[in-house]
Amino acid sequence: MNKKSKQLLAFPYIIWMAGFTIIPLLMVFYYGLTDRSGAFTLANVAAIMTADHMKALLLSLLFSTVSTVICLLIAYPLAMILRNRHIGTGSFIVFIFILPMWMNFLLRTMAWQTLLEKNGVINSILSMLHLPTLSIINTPAAIILGMVYNFLPFMVLPIYNVLAKIDDNVINAARDLGADSLQTFSKILLPLSVPGIISGITMVFVPALTTFVISNLLGGGKILLIGNVIEQEFTKGSNWNLGAGLSIVLMIFILISMTLIAKYDKDGEGAAF
Amino acid sequence: MNQPLIDLVNISKSFDGELVLDDLNLSVKENSFVTLLGPSGCGKTTTLRIIGGFITPDQGKVIFNGEDITRMPPNKRQLNTVFQKYALFTHMSIAENIAFGLKIKGKSKDYINDKIKYALKLVNLDGYENRSVDSLSGGQQQRIAIARAIVNEPKLLLLDEPLGALDLKLRQDMQYELIRLKNELGITFVYVTHDQEEALTMSDTIVVMNQGYIQQMGTPEQIYNEPENAFVADFIGESNIVNGIMLRDELVEIFGAKFACVDKGFGTNTPVDVVIRPEDIDLVEPEQGTLQGVVTHLIFKGVHYEMEVTTPDGYEWLVHSTDMFPVGRKVGIHVDPFDIQIMNKPASEDEEAVGVNE
Repeated sequence: MNKKSKQLLAFPYIIWMAGFTIIPLLMVFYYGLTDRSGAFTLANVAAIMTADHMKALLLSLLFSTVSTVICLLIAYPLAMILRNRHIGTGSFIVFIFILPMWMNFLLRTMAWQTLLEKNGVINSILSMLHLPTLSIINTPAAIILGMVYNFLPFMVLPIYNVLAKIDDNVINAARDLGADSLQTFSKILLPLSVPGIISGITMVFVPALTTFVISNLLGGGKILLIGNVIEQEFTKGSNWNLGAGLSIVLMIFILISMTLIAKYDKDGEGAAF
Repeated sequence: MNQPLIDLVNISKSFDGELVLDDLNLSVKENSFVTLLGPSGCGKTTTLRIIGGFITPDQGKVIFNGEDITRMPPNKRQLNTVFQKYALFTHMSIAENIAFGLKIKGKSKDYINDKIKYALKLVNLDGYENRSVDSLSGGQQQRIAIARAIVNEPKLLLLDEPLGALDLKLRQDMQYELIRLKNELGITFVYVTHDQEEALTMSDTIVVMNQGYIQQMGTPEQIYNEPENAFVADFIGESNIVNGIMLRDELVEIFGAKFACVDKGFGTNTPVDVVIRPEDIDLVEPEQGTLQGVVTHLIFKGVHYEMEVTTPDGYEWLVHSTDMFPVGRKVGIHVDPFDIQIMNKPASEDEEAVGVNE
């Protein structure tokens, strides 16, 4: 194939990127940096400093950090078990973990709403058994539960993938050189799986930071995350400029977080945790 | 006589109901270079892993230096392994790889640094301390894997097909390197390979294995010159294995021709397997040979010519010779008596696998 036809093959992707990534991004920047009359302003970006917006941003950072940590704590041992049992990604057990990913995200979250409601499925069962009922719907706990539930597979898969690639003999070699199980884990397995941990964190932290659906459905509209604030500016408030300005701030936060994680990885020579 | 360093006693192991090792007994003397040789699936790697502690045998005992270590985990054993495909720690520098075992044992920094220097010198890679694993070639990685093992001063070094991934020239260089290392360090080596040339070059003792049994154990010369059964003869080097009838002591009939040999005690008129190495066949003028045939194939191999001589019964004899006989030429086959190996025919397929172990 000659060079010209190769370039032609790239064309659809360039259109895709231009149409669905670059132009929308430019539009966000345009709206974010102008006021309603179209004049340049930094007011929309600076609006993050207002108490309400700051609170929403900090709450989002807190919730997404907590759910990322919980996902990591659940996913790592699970990925280890899958690796040690030599269960391939095609297997039934992995399939069960991935299965929820095939269902609509919105439906899954609404299902949790039904489950957790005051008179929902879980509480009905609990009261039938004469156990104290849960009241976590519309609390931060419900939102974090929703985040963990929805994003867990995105943590399991990348970690599992790096762990599965580690040659058994590398682990055997560590044992052979005198390392016990704990040392083998902390000095070999964990550092070698850092790339998977990093991509897992990225894939959980970013959507958790920006979500508004989970907090809407499981927070009952009472807990406003930065995603909810932005969403409301675009839909209810119809202030696209403010919404875009706050989006820019959020993007900057994500970029900073990613840079920090990547840097931490390099400095710690893999021993990130 | 040296003391046995490691003794495998009545070891059996099966995976998923398939017997991999059946009642295996093996004794390795201190300071020897023992090679477990056999085709894939013969149980040689399983044997090595049992010694290393990565596999627990279903039955039998592993005695190391007089102590039963059958159930001891690998990290407590005073031996080290050089793994297939090196198994280096890619997230560490070369120095950290070599230091791994010593750090775990809590050795001092000075001691460790001296050891790293010494080990790198030993494997001819001075100055590679801060290189990354990925920047090394296969051969260099192999040397680091060896260095990483020997800094721990093991009594026994296990090597699992360590040269399998290297190209021919490098493999040959590394063979001499390993012999040198072994002699300098005075460590006992147990080496696993499927490469018979490697085994013959390096070992004091070769253990030929097949289907979970030891077929023959001996010095390279014994294994090559006096194979005890057709499997060993066939696996070690190339050979002509033909049906013969032992007419009486020191006389065997092959395809109707009588060959003088040196073997005794097979009785009279006993069917036997006869093994003749291709380089032991002398091609002579037809009337001077014991058997007559026609050259049907000729290939120049560098050191020698490889020829096939077809005799009237249809058998194609493999012959190696520095003299060339063109295709179509009538030749005579002559074999010196001591170059003929006589073996009892196996009574059944099963017995062929059982060999000398029983």
